[in-house]
Amino acid sequence: MFGILASIIDGVLVGLVYGLAAMGLTLIWGVMDVINLTHGAMIVAGMFGLYLLVSGLGIPPYLALPPVLIGGFFVGVALYWIAVHRMVGRPPLMSLLSTFAVNLVLIGVGTAVWGTALFNVAVSLPGISINRYTFPGAHILAAVLAAVIAGALYLFLHRTRLGKAVRAVANNREAAELVGIPTTRVLALSVGFGVALAGVSGVLIGTLFPFTVLSGDGYQLKGFVVTVLGGFGNPVGALLGGVALGLLEGAITPFVPVSWTLVIEFVLFVLVLIAFPGGVFARRGSM
Amino acid sequence: MLLHLLRRPFFWIITAVVAGFVLIPALGNDVEMRESLLLAALYITLASNLNLMLGYAGYINFGSIVFFGLGGYVCVWLVNAHAWPLWLSLLAAGTSVSALALFFGLGILRLRGAFFALSTIGIVEAVQAFVQNFEPWGGSAGIYLSSSIFQPLGGPSRALWVIYFLMVAVMGLSLYLSYAIKISKFGLGLLAIGQNEDAAAILGVPTPLYKALIYSASAFLPAITGGLYFFKSAFIQPSDAFDLSLSTEALVVAMLGGQGTVSGVALGAYLYEELRGYLLTSDTFSHFQLVVAGVLLLVIVLFFPSGLMGFIHSRFPRSQKVLE
Repeated sequence: MFGILASIIDGVLVGLVYGLAAMGLTLIWGVMDVINLTHGAMIVAGMFGLYLLVSGLGIPPYLALPPVLIGGFFVGVALYWIAVHRMVGRPPLMSLLSTFAVNLVLIGVGTAVWGTALFNVAVSLPGISINRYTFPGAHILAAVLAAVIAGALYLFLHRTRLGKAVRAVANNREAAELVGIPTTRVLALSVGFGVALAGVSGVLIGTLFPFTVLSGDGYQLKGFVVTVLGGFGNPVGALLGGVALGLLEGAITPFVPVSWTLVIEFVLFVLVLIAFPGGVFARRGSM
Repeated sequence: MLLHLLRRPFFWIITAVVAGFVLIPALGNDVEMRESLLLAALYITLASNLNLMLGYAGYINFGSIVFFGLGGYVCVWLVNAHAWPLWLSLLAAGTSVSALALFFGLGILRLRGAFFALSTIGIVEAVQAFVQNFEPWGGSAGIYLSSSIFQPLGGPSRALWVIYFLMVAVMGLSLYLSYAIKISKFGLGLLAIGQNEDAAAILGVPTPLYKALIYSASAFLPAITGGLYFFKSAFIQPSDAFDLSLSTEALVVAMLGGQGTVSGVALGAYLYEELRGYLLTSDTFSHFQLVVAGVLLLVIVLFFPSGLMGFIHSRFPRSQKVLE
């Protein structure tokens, strides 16, 4: 009986991290209707940021969070000016292609520098043991941090002036421009926040699992599923979507080979889109 | 329909290109030239079939490699395990992959625009997971063909020529197909979907059916090419068959030449193949092939969204009448 409870808890812990990994993707998607196909590469950049900071400077893993957050923000703003700015308002096909192109460049440079070898960052935190089950400390801390970051993002979007401007631009760009919001700057900042979130989630995932240059694809695909489950641009929805995904993974893992997990999630993605075109936990425009 | 085609100059341009592909290496018995043109024919086939979705209907297919890889698997497996003759295996590969695409297409093409593009990424994952766990196809180890399979074609060196001519034939068929669809009522419906899907549906274009049909049609010839390609290398495994960089390159090629044009895509494929050959042999760039493809794609999307042909058409408006 407790075994089931333990696997549920485990699913929630992993799911919160998935939710965080999707949050940057869904933020950009919701604000400007651009699907950022560099998201996976940015998560990987966060992982390698963690690796380089920990192995190069010898700092504790969680201290890698602030520099990656700040660096990710600037990378995101640069990404906006390079690949997104000219695409806003054009058919989604074009922004998909432009971000896909940047993704190719990033992955190409990554594989040229690091190859496709596995990297690992050791984190030693005491776990919590209940009966025979141990919940690793890194998992718990990552899940808590994911929830905290989602909460902070929610407060930012709903309580601060800038956050309200972001939501206004998401809601109606022309109207936002009319009432004096500098929409272009808000869009650039949003991509900055989105990429910073991707980097942070990369750091946290890097403390949990080994990674390669190509690890981002899987998280990006999960991000799509989480986004359609949780609604566009909604941080709390993303967390709920992530938890739903984590629970689903926990439930199916004993029965199917690991390589099928992504396939089942993808089938879920298609079914959800057909059944609820606006997301399950939130309706479009609720941002 | 056929007579209609014969009266158009562009039909004869395609025929001349195909004839050039056949004659140039054959007359000089130039094996090196043949291998380079074989890759060009492969790129042209993949890119012009991708263009049926991308340029006509306005749907991005990130997973066009699935058709190529699955076609390769079906063909190699039939030749190896069931000793089918090559031509029958190729036909079976094309037909079965096309039927599968129709089946998938009726499901995922209910998703519009960007969601469809995302789900094509999922299709790649799904097919790869299936093949890796499918024992008759050797799982992740793949299938090896014995060298005796080239005997029915008259020994290895003649077989390579036969395969090359078949590849060129498939390339020619791809170009004719692209052109025939473009000037048909079906093609007009697809272009309308690409412009505005809601308006097309209201004007009576059966959009779900057309999209599923074009998705299925764009699978047939790439599957046959996949069959030929992996028959030629006598070996297939999942990581080669579903190498995402090939479908990425097909996208770059289609955008480079000009999405929605037939001649542009062929020109783009040829140029890209030449560029790639140069990059692979250069010391500095051989590790940065994907980076170069990415930069190229970004520049095209940002500054020349209608590609080489769009550029030519805007500079020389008369060329639009001849070069489709």
